[in-house]
Parts: sequence; structure tokens; C-alpha cells
Amino acid sequence: MSNGTERVTEADNYLAAGTTLRSWLTTHDHKRIALLYMISITAFFFIGGAAAVLMRFELATPAGDLVSHDTYNKLFTMHGVIMVWMFLIPSIPAGLGNFLMPMMIGARDLAFPRLNLLSWYLYVGGGLFTVVALIAGGADTGWTFYAPFSTLFSNTHVIFVLFGVFVVGFSSILTGINFIVTVHMLRAPGLTWFRLPLFVWANYATSIILVLATPVLAMTLLLLAAERLLGVGIFDPALGGDPLLFQHLFWFYSHPAVYIMVLPAMGVVSEIVPCFARKRVYGYRSMAYAILAIAIIGFMVWGHHMFVSGQSAYASLLFSLLSFLVAIPSAIKVFNWLATLKGGSIEFAAPMLYALGFIGLFTLGGLTGLILASLSADVHLTDTYFVVAHFHYIMVGGAVMAYLGGVHFWWPKIIGRTYPEMWGRIAALIAFFGFNLTFFPQFLLGYAGMPRRYHVYPERYQLLHVLSSAGASILAIGYLLPLGYLTWSLFRGPRASSNPWRATGLEWTTSSPPPPHNFAQTPIVTEEAYAYDSSADPKESRA
Amino acid sequence: MSGELLLFPPSASTAATHLDRLMLALTLLMSTVIIIVGALLVVFCIRYRRGARMPRANAPSRSRRIELIWSTGPLLVFLGIYAWAAHDFLELARVPADAMPVFVVAKQWMWKLEHANGRREISELHVPVGRPVRLTMTSQDVIHSFYVPAFRIKQDVVPGRYTTLWFEATQTGEYDLFCAEYCGTQHSLMRGRIVVMSPADFAAWLDRGTQQPSMAQRGFALFRSYGCDGCHGANSSVHAPKLDGVAGRTVALADGRNITADDTYLRDSILLPARDVVAGYAPIMPSYAGQIDEADLMAIIRYLHEGAAAQGDEDEQRH
Repeated sequence: MSNGTERVTEADNYLAAGTTLRSWLTTHDHKRIALLYMISITAFFFIGGAAAVLMRFELATPAGDLVSHDTYNKLFTMHGVIMVWMFLIPSIPAGLGNFLMPMMIGARDLAFPRLNLLSWYLYVGGGLFTVVALIAGGADTGWTFYAPFSTLFSNTHVIFVLFGVFVVGFSSILTGINFIVTVHMLRAPGLTWFRLPLFVWANYATSIILVLATPVLAMTLLLLAAERLLGVGIFDPALGGDPLLFQHLFWFYSHPAVYIMVLPAMGVVSEIVPCFARKRVYGYRSMAYAILAIAIIGFMVWGHHMFVSGQSAYASLLFSLLSFLVAIPSAIKVFNWLATLKGGSIEFAAPMLYALGFIGLFTLGGLTGLILASLSADVHLTDTYFVVAHFHYIMVGGAVMAYLGGVHFWWPKIIGRTYPEMWGRIAALIAFFGFNLTFFPQFLLGYAGMPRRYHVYPERYQLLHVLSSAGASILAIGYLLPLGYLTWSLFRGPRASSNPWRATGLEWTTSSPPPPHNFAQTPIVTEEAYAYDSSADPKESRA
Repeated sequence: MSGELLLFPPSASTAATHLDRLMLALTLLMSTVIIIVGALLVVFCIRYRRGARMPRANAPSRSRRIELIWSTGPLLVFLGIYAWAAHDFLELARVPADAMPVFVVAKQWMWKLEHANGRREISELHVPVGRPVRLTMTSQDVIHSFYVPAFRIKQDVVPGRYTTLWFEATQTGEYDLFCAEYCGTQHSLMRGRIVVMSPADFAAWLDRGTQQPSMAQRGFALFRSYGCDGCHGANSSVHAPKLDGVAGRTVALADGRNITADDTYLRDSILLPARDVVAGYAPIMPSYAGQIDEADLMAIIRYLHEGAAAQGDEDEQRH
């Protein structure tokens, strides 16, 4: 693997290919579109995060002394809607994936560059519309939009929010189609399926979920709108509908959506861990099969959100069993990452700290997921803070940690500059500590019976809430720090070499930042991914 | 500031005993796993840190045997947990036949409860210790969820259908009742309490409520005032199914299906009579949808359960 330090002149890289706003807004270059995505994703993340901060302030005391009931309800709706659809779902696939998928397979661009730009416009248009609707008017349904509350009882701007999410969904579908076609058609010569980096596998599987599940969300939202606007009885029993039908349709999308959020995160970690352990990923094939297994079984577990909904007990028995089965491939992945570390030559750069944090937090999130998959335990724990803690361990401890790890890892490639390493490590540690202080107490709250979506609560829960709120302010620092030093690095960071981590993977064989068409000539692949050798690794740290 | 770590929340029902046992086992198991994973992570990171003098040549990158072990091992453990939890869950789904009935109507943002003898409560439920209690629940508006953390039980309360929940309290005292399904503005205030009393105290408490007619008596009065007996009564000339003892019986339907006449079926037959027509009868019954409120529907169904006995006997439900 080349350890090149050649510098490229400004004109040769994609960032310099056009500097006007117009050149950015009309670009077809997947790398520039990726940056458009990353900027908008970051903005949405901090808006959704601000809603969370307000909620945590409110919850520091049992009484509702900061905001009104309705405002609180709008805040958690805003937090959920923005974080799920505007941040988590597009974060790794549309942000990092957009940049990396063509580069990792040795292609000049995605299969449909114009479609890619359209995806971003749909995303940012739908997203802005939703955010304006959430801030200017607000909706109080929660991100789950349960009927008949959302259709006939809520007096808030539900329709606008539904419309925004509906539009953003099309962006997901288009990105999914683009990735699937790209991976099938544009792999470099010699790049067979089992030579693909796991990041590509993960985003490929995610794309399949995006394409199969998102249309169901679109239909469900349309049905909601039909009932709310036209009074067509679909979900409200007063109109002859069935409220459980909504939950089945919603979770048929939204459970697989969890895997849309976490599979790409697993892909990122599978790139970082081998690089910083200087070792081939352990059990490559089973890692790839595990990704596919999660994507497939993930479609068959949606009913585990409905154990106490009034769903048939027999259905619940089946959904519970399938939920345990979907945990097996996740467990395999954790063991394989651990085994990758053994015998490695491990360096604790910031991306690695994020990746190690991911492994620990994802493990705890997964294990508590098993508790929730256990039928009798779920009866007690569902709709309490235990669930809130569990899915934040997966989505924040898992997906956000991996996203940040990925941003640091590929930052030199994307921007052509390095970030301050020590600050990166500090931010990763602060985020890890703040995260645990925020969400671990919520497991205890949940077991003690604290229901979620409660604006005011009995006094005995206060201590744990205060711990959680304190953690949230630390976590916020952990997220603001990278915003600061990465922005600094954007303009002032030292120039990066083409492969500062001495990583394998085609994206590291080209210059940093890459030329507009990625590769001077189409690379030819002759070996498997992750050709690292820890025994041959020099002891000195990287240049 | 008040509050505590709440490591051992109050536990006051048979279900709570079972769940706490399961949770203890799961917590021990998962703590072990997380400690092992965490320890391996830390140990590998320290032993194989860059610069440490460790033999690194020929580190394996796959082993079918090891991968098989760490795939099937968890599978077996998972199946064990699944079976344990499913067993307890089925226990929750099987309502004891002798359970004391209580009827619950939820609305934004309160709980309305009624005992079989007609005693009503708002957002408060008195029950005797050591006796199974069965809740038949529905909602007047949106979905709510009846949640008693100290009993470790929860059941969504859904408009348009009946859901049931049962428990047996094991400790006298007062326990929180929460709405656990988000239901609008004052969701977090839709709380109440469960008062678990000794059987003697409970009997005395219930007796203070006997001035009003029992639910079944009220149901019988409603049965007449809505004109149900005009067709379903013993002396009616209209060809309509007779309803004595219909509750719980298997009913043959006109389309060839057989259906158990549970409370949901009885409710649907009043509100959506054309849906499941009994074999041998014409679909002539008008719908009562929108005319009878949920509490009255429950009273009528209660009457259908108790039948003729309810027409005179007030003491029936206090057996």
C-alpha cells in the first residue's frame, strides 16, 4: 500500500473544481453532494439536539416549570422526527456513503449522478419544510404518529410534518436505488463481491432496506393524511378503522429503519478497527453474511413493538422468537471485532476511540434489546425510559459514535487536511462519558416504572433524571467540540497526505482531496480487502 | 432534590415476583457478558497496543470452529431466555376463571373504573389482596395504556375493542397507576393509584357502594330502554337470537364461521351488527354506533353475562 505524501495542486481536486455557490448547488460529483449532505445533516443534528437539551432541562425537576405540556410534547416530537429522518437515516449512507461508495469500488461516480443531486434536493427541501413546520407550528404526536391520536385528536400541524417526512422518504429511496445499481454495475476489475470492503456491504444491505421499506412508510403517511384530511376511516374505530393496523404498517417500516441506522455504522467500525489494529478483519465472510442476515430478519420482527398493543399473543410469541434470532448476527459481529483486535498492533487515534466506544455501547444496547425482546419483561418495560435508554444506546452510542468515528477517519481524505488529533481523542472520551451518564440512569428509571413522553413525573424519579440531564450537558460538549475543531481544520488544518492512516482500500490510493473523477485510471483489484499485517508493522507512530 | 437510585422498585403482585426473578437472571447474565466483552476489549487493547512487544505473526483471521461456537452458544442461551419469558407471558395472557371483574374506560386524561356491583371510581382502583382481578378495558378516544409498575404489568387500552389485563396483588398498600401510551397534552397527568386492601377492608369498602344498582342491573335497564328486548326478549315476535347465556358460547355465523361470543364480539354485535350475523337470522338489526357510551355498553354486556340473575339479585356479584 502506498504511503504517498504527494501534494496535489488545488486545481486538481474536487473541492477546487468550482467555488461558486452555483457550482455546488448544480454539481453532479458524488463527493460534492456528500459534502452538501454532511453540512445539512450537521445543521439538522444540532436543531434536533437543541430540542433534546430543552427536554433534559425541563426534566431536571419533577414539575413542569420550564415549558408547557404542549411545548414539551412538541419538543419530543421535533427531536424524534429530526433525529430519525433528517439525521440518523441519511447520516452515514448519504453523507459518508455518498463520498465513499464509488471510491471504495474504484468508480468515477455513482451510477446516476443527477438522481443523486435530486436526492439531496428532496432531502434538504423536505427536511427544511419539516423543520419550519415543527418550529413555526409544531406537532405533538411523537415521531411515531400513532392513530387515532394523530388523525382525529391532535390539533397541531401534523399534516405539514407528514408531508415533509413523505418527501424526505423519496430521497432515501433514490439513494438506495443509486447505491444498489452502483455496487452491481460499477465495481473495478477484479473487485469481486467478497473483496468488497464491509462498509460497501453494509451500505448495500441498507440500500435494499431503504428501497423495500420506505415505500411502506410513504403509503402509511398517505393513509394517515387521508383519514385526517378527508375523514376516510382507516385507523380510527369511530370511522370503522383499526388503530393497530397503523402500528403494523408503521413498524413494518420503522423497525427495519433501525437497521438503516445501525448497519452503516457497523460498516464504518469494520473499516476503522482493522486499520488501527493493522490486522485483517476477523471472519470477513461471516461479517458480510451477518450484515445480510440482519437486513433480512430485520423485516420480520416489527411486531415486537406491539406486545402490549392488543396484538394476538401467538403473534407476539413469533415476533419475540425472531427478535432473538436477529440478535445472533449482531453478536457475531461484536465477537469478530474483538477477535480482530487480538494480535493486532493497536493505535488509539480518535477514529479508533470512537469505534471502540461503539463496540461497548452497541453491545450494551444489544443486550438490553434482548431484555426487551423477552415477552414478559417487555410488558413491564415497553413505553418506559428503559426503551428510551436501549434505543439511544443503539442509535446515539452506536450510530452517532460510528458516524463521528467515520468523519474523523475519512476527514483527511474528504477535506485534504488533518484535524487536531488530541482534540479528537478528548472529544471522543467526553462523548463516551457524557453518553453513559445521560442514558445509563434511564435504564434504572425504566425498570422503576418511569413512562416515556412524560412532561411531569413523580418526585421519586428526580435523582436519576438529574443525573441524566447532567450527562446530557457533557454529551453536548462532546458534540460541540468536533464542530469547532473540524471547522477550524477546514480552513487551517495541516495538509493531509493521500493516506495518513496507511489504510487499505481504494479510496486511499488517490490523492487527498481526490481529483474530480477520483482515479487517474481505473484501479485493478488483485487482493482481498483489509490486507493489513500487524507483525510487519513498524513500531513508530504514523508520519 | 428528592429521589433515589430506585434499584429495587416496589414489587406487589404475583407477576412482579416472576418478572423480578427473570430480570435478576438476565441482569446477572448480561452483566457477565458485558464484563467479559469489556475485559477482552481492554486486555487486547493493552496487550496489543502499538509498540508493545508481543508475538503478532500468523494471527488467525478466521476459524470456522470458533465462529461456530460463538454463533450457536448465544443461540442456545437466547432460546432459553425466550422460553422463560414466553412462559411467564402466557401466564399473563391466561386470565384465571375466578378473577374479580372490573371495567375500565379510559379517556383523555382520566381513568373511569366500575366494579361489578356498580361502585364507580375515577383514576383510583381499590382491590383486595390475594385475589385475581380482571380488567376489561376500552378507550373513548385515543389509545391509552394501563400501567402499574409495582405489578410489572401493562396493557394498551384501545378504542373500538376490549383488551383485558389481570393481576393478583400480594401486598397491601398504594401503588402508582400510569398511562404509558402517549395520549396528548396532559398524558403525564393521566395518573392514578391502585389501593390494595385486606379482603375484609375491601368488602367493607365495596359495601359502601351498594346504594347504586349493580352493573348488570343497570345493563338490564339499558337493555330495555334501548329497546333491545323488543326483538331479543323472550316474548318477542321478531326472529332474533335469544341472548340467555350467549356470553362465552360458541356461535355459528351465517358465513359458516364459528366465533366465541366474547365481550368484543358482543360489543361489535351492538355497534356493527351486520358484520358477524348469526346463522339462521336475517341481518335486520340496526347499528347502535354512536348512541351508547362505553360505560353503558359494558353494563349491557355485563347483563348479558349474568342474564336473568341480574334482574333481581343484587348480591350476585359479591359471591
